[in-house]
Amino acid sequence: MAFIPHTAADVEAMLAAIGVASIEELFDEIPAALRVKSLAGIPDAMNEMEIGRLMNERARADGRPLCFIGAGAYEHHIPAAVWAITTRGEFYSAYTPYQAEASQGTLQLMYEYQTMIASLTGMEVANASLYDGASAVAEASLMAVRLNRKSKSQRILVPSTVHPHYRKVAVATASNQGLRFEELPYCTDEGCTPAGALAKYDGEDIAALVIQQPNFFGRLEDVDALTDWAHARGVPVIAVVNPTSLALLKPPGEWGNKGADIAVGEGQPLGVPLSCGGPYFGFMTTRMEYVRQMPGRIAGRTLDVNGREGFTLTLQAREQHIRRARATSNICTNQGLLMTAATIYMSLMGPQGLERTAAVSHARTCELVAGLTRLQGVRAAFKGPCFHEAVVVLDRPVAPVLQALANRGILGGLDLSEYYPELGPALLVCATETKTAADIDRCVAALGECLQSARHAPHRRPARLAQDRR
Amino acid sequence: MRTREQLIFEHSHPGRGATDQWPHDLGPESIADLPAKLRRTRRPLLPEVGELEAVRHFTRLSQLNFSIDTHFYPLGSCTMKYNPRACNEYAMLPEFLARHPLAPESHGQGFLTCMYELQEMLKEVSGMQAVALSPMAGAHGEFAGVAMIRAYHRSRADLARNEIIVPEAAHGTNPATATMCGCVVREIPVNAEGDVDVEALKAAVGPNTAGIMLTNPSTLGVFERRIEEVARIVHAAGGLLYYDGANLNAILGKVRPGDMGFDVIHMNLHKTFSTPHGGGGPGAGAVGVSARLQPFLPIPLVGKQGERYRWLAEKDLPQSIGRLSGFMGNAGVLLRAYIYMRMLGREGMRQVGEYATLNANYLLKRLTEQGFDAAYPSRRASHEFIITLKRQARECNVTAMDFAKRLLDHGFHAPTTYFPLLVPECLLIEPTETEGKDVLDAFAAAMARIQKEAEQEPERLRSAPHTMPVRRLDDVRAAKQLDLTWKPTAQS
Repeated sequence: MAFIPHTAADVEAMLAAIGVASIEELFDEIPAALRVKSLAGIPDAMNEMEIGRLMNERARADGRPLCFIGAGAYEHHIPAAVWAITTRGEFYSAYTPYQAEASQGTLQLMYEYQTMIASLTGMEVANASLYDGASAVAEASLMAVRLNRKSKSQRILVPSTVHPHYRKVAVATASNQGLRFEELPYCTDEGCTPAGALAKYDGEDIAALVIQQPNFFGRLEDVDALTDWAHARGVPVIAVVNPTSLALLKPPGEWGNKGADIAVGEGQPLGVPLSCGGPYFGFMTTRMEYVRQMPGRIAGRTLDVNGREGFTLTLQAREQHIRRARATSNICTNQGLLMTAATIYMSLMGPQGLERTAAVSHARTCELVAGLTRLQGVRAAFKGPCFHEAVVVLDRPVAPVLQALANRGILGGLDLSEYYPELGPALLVCATETKTAADIDRCVAALGECLQSARHAPHRRPARLAQDRR
Repeated sequence: MRTREQLIFEHSHPGRGATDQWPHDLGPESIADLPAKLRRTRRPLLPEVGELEAVRHFTRLSQLNFSIDTHFYPLGSCTMKYNPRACNEYAMLPEFLARHPLAPESHGQGFLTCMYELQEMLKEVSGMQAVALSPMAGAHGEFAGVAMIRAYHRSRADLARNEIIVPEAAHGTNPATATMCGCVVREIPVNAEGDVDVEALKAAVGPNTAGIMLTNPSTLGVFERRIEEVARIVHAAGGLLYYDGANLNAILGKVRPGDMGFDVIHMNLHKTFSTPHGGGGPGAGAVGVSARLQPFLPIPLVGKQGERYRWLAEKDLPQSIGRLSGFMGNAGVLLRAYIYMRMLGREGMRQVGEYATLNANYLLKRLTEQGFDAAYPSRRASHEFIITLKRQARECNVTAMDFAKRLLDHGFHAPTTYFPLLVPECLLIEPTETEGKDVLDAFAAAMARIQKEAEQEPERLRSAPHTMPVRRLDDVRAAKQLDLTWKPTAQS
């Protein structure tokens, strides 16, 4: 019964103590006209056995296809210990650590997380996470505008090679405060942002430049040149990065001559499962001089009255519960449980494990692309190095091909035709360390079959394909 | 409780690692194509520990926490009810965990069915016409709500409306959200009985009013008795009503915000619908709207076409305020809320509101019997209530903070302190419906003992806590001598 322990005797004793005859009397301040008669639209209660059966049925219906989609959410091996510990009641059912003495576990973990993520991104200080990578880009843009007092324009330059969803979220979140996001074109041969794209903004008032590395296509941008262009013009740089890639790639703190000003990204690759799209977490790191403009919770180390070390939330004067209308952001929560998982993951993997994960993911993607592009009707979209994700171009519309692959239990990648129609029938593919050579062979063979059968016998396409066609 | 734990970096030894977790080394050729100038040259500062060391470290850290699973946690406004294990178990079925957010709808009907049914159930309990699930926290839901209000007025070319009215007792996220949406905040007072000052409201509304943000029951723990009148005044002035659902637990199954006249609401699934607080998140702030705001809902939502479910995105809602999440929001949290709501069922929803209110009123009675002062003694408690310790502050020179810290020694997490700001030296106490009478009695008894101590040995309170892993922490030092990341010393 709704996890309510009361017996009839309990209720009777409690009502007597309060001095009312019934629980209904406790609602007597509420106008009768407002009382709900019954929630007819809610089904009957289910016990745990019944809900277990229902959820298992629904999960089985969805199955577990072999997944080669990246596009901002990556399937990596997650050690069993990560979620065994993260779902311990003491982490799972604890609140925000406002009573520091009763929350040293969470607070110390936050401090350890901040240390790791700051170092991974090559920056000096971190917050204890934001909602996700996309909203972190929005928050970083707002932060850059606050920091860049010389600029009046509130114009943020964003390459079109930044994740399309991130660009949308930034606009939806920050345009109400007057920020304007302008897209920089990319080179359709190279799949990255040419220096020329920035040239037209020379001499203009720009509030910040966003750079994603690797970019949405998996291609590697010339982060040094882009960063230096911005800094030469007093424009702060917001780096959007994949944390796994940072085991191998130069971190934002070392981009160009001075390093990026704010680094953000999606933390999901660090020990968080794909789980239908969330919950994930956004990370944000920056230079120490900017810390007071950084939104979100921060844990700090201090001493107690006995001179013993302890941890507490600090710099809370930035936050909504103190500054209210003048807060750096309205954010109240962080993604505490996910940050916990990521910290345990990073501790178990260590620098070497993360490096291996990145290297093997990169290698698997290269193998996948090599296999796919050996097929007739498939070619690589761009020249130049990628990291663990790449774009291939087919000789026909992508959607029916993907559906055919899905029907064989394979998710072949992300159809880019809606996001980047100028690329034609383009497919974004990703293979991580979780994919074996056999998995890749299976994907390549399946795609080959789908392309073959359509090519040689279009009139004998299976009925299901025609029905499922969008 | 155990004493504190070293930092994981202090357990680190170069060369150690949980090698069973690493993929096999493919050698340097595997990354030879990555340009040298883009390569990392210095390793990041990540721990080098074996698996047992890591497991032991984080397990021991967990043991330094209070949590619902271990302690009564009567944090007002946070709704610290039991997080059913079944919700975690079934939200973490391997198929749900493995599903990529961009996987095709044809291979996600199980998941999409759960999401659609969750939307429908939330519509029913809230009395709203449509629900979107993507906001990732309460404050995020607030943002969506206020953004929709603005979008609505703009769509009617009513461009002057940029003021959001907020009661002075409102949660800090309310005015912060208004600012984030480019609005101006107008605060109105609350009267001595805890209701919004209706005369002040009449003076505050006008052609610039975009809307009002209200919580009901309010942050003072009492029902806004003149809510229907408030709704009429704001609507008549052309404004919309926003409902902050933080206190929905008090009225679940008993009253619906839609019936009270609200145009848009957010619900805190991590409060009312028992998804885990996780040490500070993740939450989920589902939003519900009346018909006139439906076109503006944030995408994506789940729609139904015949017997199949699909995502509704920009094409389906061209006036949407847009995308607020990288994918579709906190899916795993939404699954937990879905499982919880299915377990509760129709009768369970009603019982939540009833027993949360019963527990609060009972605890209020036990505490006032012990001599504590209720902030609103003539009012019924909702699912929470406020005790003010201003008399103890005056007579014994002890504060609400001191009481809170001493409660930790008694094995209870403290209630919310110093919120709402309106009531001096306050404790905002919310027991929730999942606590039994014996727990409430024990808490009241502990409070009585602390009161006695305040009268006889106040220094014990002022120097509390005494039995926790750390004593009271120097917050001033924490903010002045910022130590936010560990740095290796010269030798290490």
